[in-house]
Amino acid sequence: MSAIHVAHGTRASRIGLPLFLVLLAVLAAAPWWTDRQGMRLLGEIYAYAALASLWNLLAGYAGLVTVGQQAFVGLGAYALFSLSLLLGLNPLWGIPAAGLVAALAAVPVAALTFRLRGAYFAIGTWVVAEVFRLFAAQFTALGGGSGTSLPASVVASIASGRAAREQLLYWLALGLAVLVLLAILLLLRSRHGLALAAIRDNEVAARSCGIEVDRTRLVVFVLASACAAMVGALIFLQKLRISPDAAFSVNDWTALVIFIAVIGGIGRVEGPLIGTAIFFLLRETLSQLGSLYLMVLGAVAIAVMLFAPRGLWGVLADRLGWQVFPLARRLEARPPMLSTSSLREPS
Amino acid sequence: MTPSAETAPILELKGIRKRFGAVVVADGIDLSVREGEALGILGPNGAGKTTLFGMVTGTVRPDAGRVLFEGRDVTALSPARRCRQGMARSFQVPQPFAGLTVFENLVAAASFGAGEGERATYDRCADILERCGLMAQANGRAGGLRLLDRKRLELARALATRPKLLLLDEVAGGLTEQECAVLVDLVREVRAGGVTVVWIEHVLHALVAVANRVVVLHGGRLIAEGRADEVVRIPAVAEVYMGIPMDA
Repeated sequence: MSAIHVAHGTRASRIGLPLFLVLLAVLAAAPWWTDRQGMRLLGEIYAYAALASLWNLLAGYAGLVTVGQQAFVGLGAYALFSLSLLLGLNPLWGIPAAGLVAALAAVPVAALTFRLRGAYFAIGTWVVAEVFRLFAAQFTALGGGSGTSLPASVVASIASGRAAREQLLYWLALGLAVLVLLAILLLLRSRHGLALAAIRDNEVAARSCGIEVDRTRLVVFVLASACAAMVGALIFLQKLRISPDAAFSVNDWTALVIFIAVIGGIGRVEGPLIGTAIFFLLRETLSQLGSLYLMVLGAVAIAVMLFAPRGLWGVLADRLGWQVFPLARRLEARPPMLSTSSLREPS
Repeated sequence: MTPSAETAPILELKGIRKRFGAVVVADGIDLSVREGEALGILGPNGAGKTTLFGMVTGTVRPDAGRVLFEGRDVTALSPARRCRQGMARSFQVPQPFAGLTVFENLVAAASFGAGEGERATYDRCADILERCGLMAQANGRAGGLRLLDRKRLELARALATRPKLLLLDEVAGGLTEQECAVLVDLVREVRAGGVTVVWIEHVLHALVAVANRVVVLHGGRLIAEGRADEVVRIPAVAEVYMGIPMDA
């Protein structure tokens, strides 16, 4: 037997993970302990947690700082509306179909934008998102620039009755967020997670260690785009209405998402989840202040960047060693096996 | 393993040319390295030594010429594919994966460079850490290492890829005599395990202790070749490398 052993979890993760699972169970039971408005708010929180986690995967792990995530949120939403309205597909099937459409679209987008580096890549992805928005505005079958709504017959095909539909969409939102988180965790737990971190830290050294940088980045970009599109499809299925400005909004689907990831902590899975909680806490308590609320958000972002550049979770993790998800690879000496003499009764 | 005239060349450079604007860093370099050999490369700063490593490993594309590894033309292959075929390098300025732990740096290199399943690499990576004197830092962030340990990590990470050819770029620079002796022992041990070593180094006594042949690069050309102790006595080498005039 090998003298060493590699531990993925820490004492903190052995406590944190069960607590997280309990929280998930409580949230899954939300239809029984909260009203429609509460479920809608929670659904929105799940969508932002998923989008921020995906942005963190791209920027914090793969070194792809995108400002064009709204391209795939909007594409997913438009794919779902197109397939439902024009081809008669059940909107629930439209969600995975939107993911597939976005995955296909992500390949040429990557071929174009991966030629750019750093700030140029960020601007390039934003330009692509704007092109998508302009295309959507020309799409007269879905209302052009002013958009369209899902007709009652399509809405009725989701579930029988409004309460049942809202419950179903709530569970779908929670399930999709969990699915996104699980996909990210599995990816990071695998050797490809190490490859991503290596690429982020030093691209030339990563190539020299046998890591196919472009292929790895492409796979992550396609995966993140497909997931963002499914989240986008679900967001607009809950809204029942779509327009190019709403679906491809850089403020809603990228700027706020970056804010969440930055204050929570980039490069850690827990960061975007904490960031989402803080953002919604601020929004729900301060949004009645109007423009002052936006100034508070800006001040929080500046303060975090100055005093805790690794984000709030980054500070906690660095100082206290906190970790919810067992992603570490800690090399430990295996405890020596008990010898038979040590098991004997003392004479 | 001692190379002989019969061992096949593991690395061959044929007519390698490279220029950056008006600066010629490789002017038709022909070089052959035999399996099991330890070749030292000397040359003043700016002679093109590191660029030559870049062209061998694929991070720099030559303007002309071919790179052959184990008889196969690898000139068009990516650095990652060359690494998986058995080429590994260390960098003159250490390039750790700063956000990963020291152990994870090795696991990444072993699982991709050597193409092994992640779990299968753990024991070997721990063994390399032990041999390179990095076991105490195994779970620390690589970005927080001091210079000596960063240099050790460069070597350890290259070894994790199971190289047949190891290219070392000034790994002894900045080390104390004692640290340098430890490094020399380690490189000798690696070579004794059958790995071919090509070593760029300014610390001559370290190079002399390991290399069985030395070439001198200057102005993009190989100007001398031979045993290390003989080469440094060649007047032309003394002039370009140590600044000693030929008539002194």
